[in-house]
Amino acid sequence: MAHDHNSKEKVVYVGDSRVKKYKKNNVPLDYSAYPGNSEAFIPNFLLKEWMVGSVFLVGFMILTMSHPSPLGYPADPTKTDFVPIPDWYFLFMYQLLKYPYTSDAYVVLGTLVLPGILFGALMLAPFLDTGKERRWYKRPIASSLMFLSLFATIFLTMVSWQGYQHELEELNIIPEHLERAEKIAAGLEEPGGKEAEPIAIVNKESEGYEIYQKASCVSCHAVDLNGVSSMPSLLGIGDKHSKEEITDIIYNGFGSGMTGQAQANLDAGLTEADLDTLAGWLAEQKAPAGEEAPEEATESH
Amino acid sequence: MLKSVYNWIDERLDITPMWRDVADHEVPEHVNPAHHFSAFVYCFGGLTFFITVIQILSGMFLTMYYVDDIVNAYKSVDYLQHQVAFGVIVRGMHHWGASLVIVMMFLHTLRVFFTGSYKAPREMNWVVGMSIFFVMLGLGFTGYLLPWDNKAYFATQVGIQIAASVPYLGQYIETFLQGGEIVGAQTLTRFFALHVFFLPGALLALLGGHFFMIRKQGISGPL
Repeated sequence: MAHDHNSKEKVVYVGDSRVKKYKKNNVPLDYSAYPGNSEAFIPNFLLKEWMVGSVFLVGFMILTMSHPSPLGYPADPTKTDFVPIPDWYFLFMYQLLKYPYTSDAYVVLGTLVLPGILFGALMLAPFLDTGKERRWYKRPIASSLMFLSLFATIFLTMVSWQGYQHELEELNIIPEHLERAEKIAAGLEEPGGKEAEPIAIVNKESEGYEIYQKASCVSCHAVDLNGVSSMPSLLGIGDKHSKEEITDIIYNGFGSGMTGQAQANLDAGLTEADLDTLAGWLAEQKAPAGEEAPEEATESH
Repeated sequence: MLKSVYNWIDERLDITPMWRDVADHEVPEHVNPAHHFSAFVYCFGGLTFFITVIQILSGMFLTMYYVDDIVNAYKSVDYLQHQVAFGVIVRGMHHWGASLVIVMMFLHTLRVFFTGSYKAPREMNWVVGMSIFFVMLGLGFTGYLLPWDNKAYFATQVGIQIAASVPYLGQYIETFLQGGEIVGAQTLTRFFALHVFFLPGALLALLGGHFFMIRKQGISGPL
């Protein structure tokens, strides 16, 4: 048989497999077998590498635990006032598109030509920089181009981030993940899928409720105060605004979505006293204070 | 005991040569921070791989809870973040790891560039490395949408709009990424598939090539 353990055969196999049977030395090379100060990867260097890895991991876990990852509010495609911002490492390409010669008619320069040159040159660097010299200060062209790109990338990233911060400040917007984190911390919101109890209309017998039904409010905020489709709900509005603020909103509008409604309603037959009653009634619309005392809350009104 | 188990397997499969190829190699003095502290710059590649492993493991745990449809995506992330034991840590590792891996990869790229390590005969490994860079950016872009909050949604919308403005190819890229008329249910499932199957597959293949080449050629010599 071809595969029996006959020592006269030149090549001996394990069983009928293609694995060769031979005497092997399983002892790794000794530390001293390497020239100079080289050392074996296993185990000498690996043990040190694990220490570096552990230190890195501790730092990483501290970052992770001290800064929970952000989560804003569910995506709403009909939202029009959201300031979009990509992840930080895309900012430099995003900012590039905001300059006159890389936007509008020249946008192809910003989307294709400049990034194409940058990444194309980076990809093909070994074929462009073919000299034998490896030290960076002996390769002035390659190194200075890299320093220039580095500077441009960092500069564009910083300008983009500052522009974003400035835009938020100007529009008086708090990023949603921060807003939500604050509300969760303050107990105003239940995270993690616990559905919030729907807030009931307070004091339905009031004159304010009747005025509300006649006013133009209902066309957006709905008869049940819950908002038509994606319009804002007025349920619990008293937690957010005082009577004076609501009066101001009725007369002057709110944000970009609502214009002043007072004149239209005065024309439609309501009086200023009616609007005052309405604002007072809306200011009463508060969520029950705490889960354990909903009765007390309704009694107080 | 362990030795005899190893020998039993080794006799049948002859794994010693494979094991030698993978792990038994020398670490030269000029890359060893124990000898020259400045050699810590040679750690960035290894740390990039370390974070990549963290990303793969934490990502695997995240898919136990994540649901890739537009009704439940946000809710599942919110549930994971606030209700699941250690969910906030696992998601945190994936979130921060995604940024750190870019930082480390960037530093590794700069080290290789400024030490001229990409020069002959290591040109191919540089090209593979740059491809890994692009796959990582792709993973970052697709992963950003998955929590399905407003930040994710509008960033993706703008990103796809920019891609769509590219002449000739733009409309095809838009259709490929978006899947429909708007950023919606189709986009989310596509991005999820890209993020979890296509891009990691490409990443692992490229990493395999990267490591095969470095092992075959050895680390570049001292300057």
